[in-house]
Amino acid sequence: MGVGITADGLVMAYDDVRAVDGVSFTVAPGEFFGLLGPNGAGKTTTLEMIEGLRKPQSGSVRIDGHEPWRREPELQRRMGVQLQSSSFFDRLTAREQLDTFGALYRVAAGRTDEMLEQFGLVDKADLRTEDLSGGQKQRLSIACALIHDPDVVFLDEPTAALDPQARRNLWDVLRTINDSGRTVVLTTHYMDEAEALCDRVAIMDAGRILELDTPAALVRGLDAPVRISLAPGTLSLEDARAVAGADEVAAGESALTITTRDPSRVLTELASRDALDGLSVKGASLEDVFLELTGREYRA
Amino acid sequence: MTPFGSLARAMLKGFFRDRMALFFSILFPLMFLVLFGGIFTDQGASKAEIIQVGPVAVLDDVPKDARAYVDESLDITRSSDLAAAVVKVRKGDADAVISQDGDTLSVRFSQADQVKAGQVQGTFAAIVQSANLAVTGQAPKFSLTTARVEDKSLSTIQFFTPGLLGWAIASGATFGAAANLVVWRRNGLLRRLRLAPIPTSAVVLARVAVSIAIALVQAVIFLAVGMVLFGLKLTGSWPMIVPLLVAGTLAFMSIGLLAGSIAKTEEAAIGMANFVVLPMAFLSGSFFPLDGAPRWISAVGTVLPLKHLNDGMLDTMVRGEGPAAALLPVAFLLVFAVVVSAIASRVFRWDD
Ligand SMILES: Nc1ncnc2c1ncn2[C@@H]1O[C@H](COP(=O)(O)OP(=O)(O)OP(=O)(O)O)[C@@H](O)[C@H]1O
Ligand SMILES: [Mg+2]
Repeated sequence: MGVGITADGLVMAYDDVRAVDGVSFTVAPGEFFGLLGPNGAGKTTTLEMIEGLRKPQSGSVRIDGHEPWRREPELQRRMGVQLQSSSFFDRLTAREQLDTFGALYRVAAGRTDEMLEQFGLVDKADLRTEDLSGGQKQRLSIACALIHDPDVVFLDEPTAALDPQARRNLWDVLRTINDSGRTVVLTTHYMDEAEALCDRVAIMDAGRILELDTPAALVRGLDAPVRISLAPGTLSLEDARAVAGADEVAAGESALTITTRDPSRVLTELASRDALDGLSVKGASLEDVFLELTGREYRA
Repeated sequence: MTPFGSLARAMLKGFFRDRMALFFSILFPLMFLVLFGGIFTDQGASKAEIIQVGPVAVLDDVPKDARAYVDESLDITRSSDLAAAVVKVRKGDADAVISQDGDTLSVRFSQADQVKAGQVQGTFAAIVQSANLAVTGQAPKFSLTTARVEDKSLSTIQFFTPGLLGWAIASGATFGAAANLVVWRRNGLLRRLRLAPIPTSAVVLARVAVSIAIALVQAVIFLAVGMVLFGLKLTGSWPMIVPLLVAGTLAFMSIGLLAGSIAKTEEAAIGMANFVVLPMAFLSGSFFPLDGAPRWISAVGTVLPLKHLNDGMLDTMVRGEGPAAALLPVAFLLVFAVVVSAIASRVFRWDD
């Protein structure tokens, strides 16, 4: 069921930019793969070459042995695609959109109701897509991509425009899909999303892949210190400095923060002093990795 | 439902829910039909309104056999005030004042309505002439009979229904294809469809089927309104309008596809389509006959698809020609469609 993907040396250059500049990776069957990167990094362009919307100027893509730009129906039937900007038939209702996309994949009519239910659109089924809110449109667009129960799913920023509930619900849907052995590839700006969902993440910038690994390995590789905060007054500044393993101590309005590369030693020591009021521990996140790799400058 | 069927259904629903498209492809041409039908029907039927001042021998003592002719073409009221009657004519409330002065009959008319002016002068010239002949006491040597060459039922509505229908079909097919292409390219639907397991031809054929269905709806509504309101009568081979309409739709769709492929925005596509279709409608005689037009206009007409569509429909719908009269126009339209579609497919883009 799961489908493997190989991208090898993909290049797509426009007049003045190399939007994708030699991107290679493989996605194993059943893997949940994330493409992360700032605006203009080349995520969409990479995804479009993999989906078969663009033929790479050089390099090659194989999905389960097929070259996607040849648009073979056998492959396309197994692929579900949600493009970055939702595209619908004009003046059709949500239900009619699902019916129409379903018919393109020769899906039985009952699927429409399942999808409306799954994506919380039952109340909006008879509203024209022009009248849906941004997030509702986004949900419908994903529902249209999944209506034929594809083996491999490509989602370009699926959670953009979604509220927290919808975002978590979509995560559940995607996890379920992936747990049943299907391959999922998505792009996102949200680090928590990539950390929560992806087996492996490729961090892209300026058309290249900078790092590619599991989220945990990426964070570990950063070797960033852990920040331990306590309620103010729990410990005096001097006492805190004396804690074994503490690299740095800062007393703020709302918290006393100890920075350390050896959190277990610091925590043991704090426990022995019975100084755990308002304790919170914050490790490095994928966001830190991301900012470390791509810098803080705005992207084109 | 098949992919083709579901696409066609989606396009049809999109069309029938688009008030602007409905207005411009159905109601707007129909307004012209009703307008033209109204104007010309009235003019053909109405009598000239004559004010007679004082006794007029030729009118008062018209012989029995000529009475019917006079009653048919003149609506006579009497008045004793010559000056007031002339004012009425000047204002357009009456068409002419007639009075007799000795042996001279005087007709005062206004040139503002040229048709009426001619009708009034001709009628009275004839009356005076036959009165003169009667005075000589001789039997007339020559007599006149008249017969129309067209179907007996032919009235003006017969002439412009095919032309206006041709224009309606041409605009509907051109704008439909152009707008559809641009809108779907801009909102990304073309790309999305490209990733669905359907051949490109299914999308194109669905659009063709929808455009033909719309053209059929236009034709049915046009013919129904023409027949019910204005007494349009179809002649023997009128069913040939179906192949004409199909071929015409293909030809104009190809123009629309070309415009939609070149244009970046919907407005530009519609502007481009207008730029082609509107002048073509004039040069193809959709709005008025080109009998008196200079030769170069009819020369241009021979390469215009709408001219061939109009001629084919005129021949088969109202001129009573056989089905064969549609063959040449259909062939021309199909060749035109193939050539322009080939050009359009070269400039076609899936996305911008
Ligand atoms: N058709 C095009 N013509 C010219 N340049 C293009 C075209 N499409 C994309 N680009 C450029 O290629 C680069 C990569 O674009 P891409 O859409 O792949 O970025 P992205 O990572 O998806 O960004 P975002 O997070 O904003 O969606 C950008 O600099 C963009 O301006
Ligand atoms: Mg993008």
